[in-house]
Amino acid sequence: MLSWLNVKIGFFLAVRQLRRASLWTTALIIFVMVLTFLNLVVVSGILIGLIQGSINQFRAQSTGEVIISNLDDKKYIENSPNLLALVDTIPGIAAYSARYIEGGTVEANYRTRKEGEKPNVAATQITGIDPHDENSVTNLSQFVVEGSYLSPGDYDQILMGAYNLRQYFPVENPGLQVLDNVGVGTKVRVVVGDVTREVTVKGILKTKVDEVSRNVFFVDSQYRSMIGRSDGNIDQVAIRLEPGARPEDVRDALIRSGADRFAKVQTFEDAQPKFLKDIIATFGMLGAAFSSIGLVVASITIFIVVFINAITRRKFIGILKGIGVSGAAIQYSYVFQSVFYAIIGSAIGLVLVYAFLVPYFERNPIDFPFSDGILVAEYGETLFRVGLLVVSNIIAGFIPAWMIVRRNTLDSILGRN
Amino acid sequence: MIEVTQLIKTYVNGPIETRVLKGIDITASNGDFISIMGKSGAGKSTLMYQMSLLDDPTSGKIVIDGENTETMTPLQKSRIRLIKFGYVFQDYALMPDLTAAENVVLPLLMQGLSRTAAFAKAAETLERMQLGHRLHNLPSQLSGGEQQRVSIARAVAHEPKVLFADEPTANLDNVSSKAVMDTFLELHEAGQTIIMVTHEEEYARLADRVVIMDDGRILREERSERHRHRAA
Repeated sequence: MLSWLNVKIGFFLAVRQLRRASLWTTALIIFVMVLTFLNLVVVSGILIGLIQGSINQFRAQSTGEVIISNLDDKKYIENSPNLLALVDTIPGIAAYSARYIEGGTVEANYRTRKEGEKPNVAATQITGIDPHDENSVTNLSQFVVEGSYLSPGDYDQILMGAYNLRQYFPVENPGLQVLDNVGVGTKVRVVVGDVTREVTVKGILKTKVDEVSRNVFFVDSQYRSMIGRSDGNIDQVAIRLEPGARPEDVRDALIRSGADRFAKVQTFEDAQPKFLKDIIATFGMLGAAFSSIGLVVASITIFIVVFINAITRRKFIGILKGIGVSGAAIQYSYVFQSVFYAIIGSAIGLVLVYAFLVPYFERNPIDFPFSDGILVAEYGETLFRVGLLVVSNIIAGFIPAWMIVRRNTLDSILGRN
Repeated sequence: MIEVTQLIKTYVNGPIETRVLKGIDITASNGDFISIMGKSGAGKSTLMYQMSLLDDPTSGKIVIDGENTETMTPLQKSRIRLIKFGYVFQDYALMPDLTAAENVVLPLLMQGLSRTAAFAKAAETLERMQLGHRLHNLPSQLSGGEQQRVSIARAVAHEPKVLFADEPTANLDNVSSKAVMDTFLELHEAGQTIIMVTHEEEYARLADRVVIMDDGRILREERSERHRHRAA
């Protein structure tokens, strides 16, 4: 029977039982709850963080928070100078980088190649950038692993993405060409359309973002002339926002200003490929599956703890009922104890997650082959999991208490089965 | 007043049926001090459990203050146990993780008394039992006699109409047993109805009425020396 009096008596009994319970037993149960909470939050958080790390890198090193690209039926962004002038007027933008992008090939060792030998060539994406602007958006220079980053005046020099080179990307795939024997200072031949240019590798760039590491970077002033883009029309603008600015706001402001007439304006989330969104959903489901196993284990633990507690105190439960304490009050006392374990376990878990684990993984991401994995623990999701743990504990605490309380009062007092 | 008519209690264990009470008739009036005596297995405790509504009889009628308990729900019986009855068990039956005061306060809280009033009443009752210095002690910190007096305090703090005691001195030494019986006599002098099961004749004879049972039946009822003395 749900009555305030029963709740009060239940609370009275629960507090005293907890206060005078064995410290070690209480600590052990809370420890199990902490582990369960961590299992609920951290397992799925790492799985999602693995992909989130990849998304974060893609945003930081490639798209920025907002990306403007050519319309699907256009080769480049028409009216680019006006678009860039418009970008300059939108509040919240910290930096942007205009890019020229074309497909092409890079060939090496063409001077020493003998007749009949397979050419040492790789098809790749070739991007023209303003080195200073690009660095302001993507911090590209910090990923140079050999040689040095481009300077605005560099002529006939390129920054080579490491995944174009066999020593960094040793794959034997007929469909994927990589260059042999190319390092800093090597002369290579870049072909874009009909234009061929011999250039020197100034630096080698390596990140976990394939789109960057499979690229070859030119200084935009030279690249413009190579691809015949003297009108200043570009292919892409990556935008980095000021702290606190929302990508959606900047996107909407650009669209309201008419940018969408010439270009596709997207936030980094809009620009995510569908497969990435599917992977996030899949990993989320996997995390939920692992977590639910943890939840079941925790519920069974609480069930066993409460059941053993209740069965060993069966005589006292009988006496309580005998002297007129209602069964509901006794059940509430066990439910309160279960809730206490869940709340204390979750509180310790919350401190561990937000005070230690999340900052730790921010500083020391897990080095997965394709991303730097972090721990994703959104407040809303985490609170939902706390709620889940509390509810499962309420059920796991109530059932055994109910099983014992419903037994015959006198049988309980006398210890009869 | 409790009126018991043709009470039968049979325990069934698989194919074995054991009739423990074989048609008991007994009446307890307000202010009575009844002791139920008999050998082990005579059915005295079983009779007390039926009269105190801790168990349900197989057949027969138990009427409490004019109300037939036959048709009562478990909740109604629980309510009667809470308000009208108090219990003292052989092994004290105190909650091990509640202090003396908390044990006594429990039925008072359950009756809806405020925390302050309930604790004040509990303290007052324990004082009466000469346990004022033991209010905050756990049962494990008390002697057997003290525990039994806490148990009596819990049973009487809410001023029940009937106090049931099941072998209250069985686990106690002579001194403690005498102290417990003195407490019962004091309570009875103050008008408390007491129904006590005991196998110790010395203490049974302290009651007004001594009911002697054997093999599930009441053999006879005697008026005690004390009763005759009081009546005189």
